[in-house]
Amino acid sequence: MGRLAERFALLRERGEKALMPFVTPGDPDLSTTEALVLAMAESGADVVEISIPFSDPIADGPTIQRSSQRALAGGVTLRRILDLVKRLRPRVEIPLVLMGYANPIYAMGEEPFAAAARDVGVDGVIVPDLPPEEGAALYAACRQAGVDPVLLAAPTTSPERLAFLAGETRGFLYYVSLTGVTGARRELAAGVEDGVRAAQKLGDVPVCVGFGISTAEHAAAVGAYADGIVVGSAIVDLVEKATSRDEAVETVAKFVAELKAPLRG
Amino acid sequence: MKESGLYGEYGGRYVPEVLVAVIEELEEAYPRITGGAEFRRELDGLLRTYAGRPTPLTFAARITEDLGGAKVYLKREDLAHTGAHKINNVLGQSLLAKYMGKPRVIAETGAGQHGAATATACALLGLECEVYMGAEDMRRQALNVFRMELLGARVHAVESGSRTLKDAINEAMRDWVTNVRNTYYCIGSVMGPHPYPMMVRNFQRVIGLEVREQIQEVEGRLPDLLVACVGGGSNAMGLFHPFLEDEGVQLVGVEPGGEGLESGRHGATLTCGVPGILHGQRTYVRSDDDGQIVPAHSISAGLDYPAVGPEHAFLKDSGRATYEFATDEEALDAFLYLSQKEGIIPALESAHAIAYVRKLAPTLSADTVVVVNLSGRGDKDVTEVRDILAAQGRDTYGRALPH
Repeated sequence: MGRLAERFALLRERGEKALMPFVTPGDPDLSTTEALVLAMAESGADVVEISIPFSDPIADGPTIQRSSQRALAGGVTLRRILDLVKRLRPRVEIPLVLMGYANPIYAMGEEPFAAAARDVGVDGVIVPDLPPEEGAALYAACRQAGVDPVLLAAPTTSPERLAFLAGETRGFLYYVSLTGVTGARRELAAGVEDGVRAAQKLGDVPVCVGFGISTAEHAAAVGAYADGIVVGSAIVDLVEKATSRDEAVETVAKFVAELKAPLRG
Repeated sequence: MKESGLYGEYGGRYVPEVLVAVIEELEEAYPRITGGAEFRRELDGLLRTYAGRPTPLTFAARITEDLGGAKVYLKREDLAHTGAHKINNVLGQSLLAKYMGKPRVIAETGAGQHGAATATACALLGLECEVYMGAEDMRRQALNVFRMELLGARVHAVESGSRTLKDAINEAMRDWVTNVRNTYYCIGSVMGPHPYPMMVRNFQRVIGLEVREQIQEVEGRLPDLLVACVGGGSNAMGLFHPFLEDEGVQLVGVEPGGEGLESGRHGATLTCGVPGILHGQRTYVRSDDDGQIVPAHSISAGLDYPAVGPEHAFLKDSGRATYEFATDEEALDAFLYLSQKEGIIPALESAHAIAYVRKLAPTLSADTVVVVNLSGRGDKDVTEVRDILAAQGRDTYGRALPH
């Protein structure tokens, strides 16, 4: 059993829901990212999503765009992110998932990427611009290597396609809460619950919700039915606003603890 | 055309899951609607009575004489309504949007030609229009921004990334992801996820189909060589496609060589790029070793795109078409050359094709027939050219000013 499956089994046993914070590695620098991931793990994160920044992130709003640009300007690359995971792996027990657009992964090559991800201890990979039809080779290489390819579903996904995606995904199904780009929002999108419940009925793969979840109230509301939540831009915002590494780590740790509290059931 | 949307290993549908449903809807609607007699009649009527088709094929007598080689013909897309070939695609897609019941149309634009054409078609068809344009391009093409606004469109300045065409596409895709239920994304070139490359090419094929008839009328045979500039590649694809099966017809795309290939500041994606994934398609892209996209550069805002339509990628690999480049300087000189020799001010984009023909024609025999796609007119570029000439210390005739 992979680390993601183990984690979800453990959470189910405890009656908890998963909290998955997101971090842009190299924003502002890789050693801060390392400290952030460790602090997230200590404060209640169940999975950490580590971004692979890309120059042209079409599914991301301004917060993650800016963060990606800062990281790229600082010289972060996929290889350096894999090195970061390698350093983190012996120090955290929770699953680490990479999330990034297709081109940087294809530039490395599907099989070399899958092998490198396995070697450093990556547990899953999410590629938002790579639906399973186009990603067949990469996703097969990942499965072969024991790295879970996590697929996304959206409110516009048809019931037939939802069943297909739920069958193809590994680790969990990432349910995008709204039609739109990533970014903190005041209000949660309506109608998410129906979509998530429909996906949950399709099998035993956990269904986690992301995009727009930015407060403990949102976490409580979505955590009432989903198997987990992803929080990205709200965390990236805190890192952006912090004036020092200590402040970034401290505020993020506190926020992660606040988000996790309502998910403990 | 293959239904899979694949051109060899290129093309495909690399989009976020939110868009899969709308793309499937488009894939279903496109052949159903555009194959219908009513749509066909309406589009043909608009192309004829509104866009001014067929556009003429002009024999460029003075250029032919001056170059002393091949006979050069110009396909006059500059004479189409809105001043470029863009109108062909935009009328087709906007009409499709209307038939699909989508009240809102969005578009990206580089030089502003596609944006202005989309704004025009939306005004004509009563659709709401919003255009994304890089802030840097808005500066270079201020007149086109004003035109789009005159036509009732809202123009959004894109401040992210290199603030040019690729960033405008990113922003248009973000809008599409957000407003997917009521919005039609009118892509301006033979690029993006399937079915766009096929659809845009089919709407642009009218260029090549007309050339086929026109050249046979005057020459009694097919041309030997077709030349067109390539940014995304829609005017080239529209010209080339009806000739793909005619092996005697050589196809040459001319990419923007910018400040020279060795400078790195160019948009010659097919010449210098690698296969990659950008904007929903697998194609040649300019990307660094880490898979980050390298911003393109060209004197013409309409060509500085760091990818290219996937069918061009396929034609390059298969050898059916070849791809050359012309630098900013060569394009500028060709801009002046065509203006003064033929009384036609070309778009800086089209001037790249002219620049290549200037070099090639003298090497060819007098019975060789070359057709160049004059994809757009240069009115939009005159202030930019004036500024560049002034900065270079040259007068309007291109001569060096005395110090």
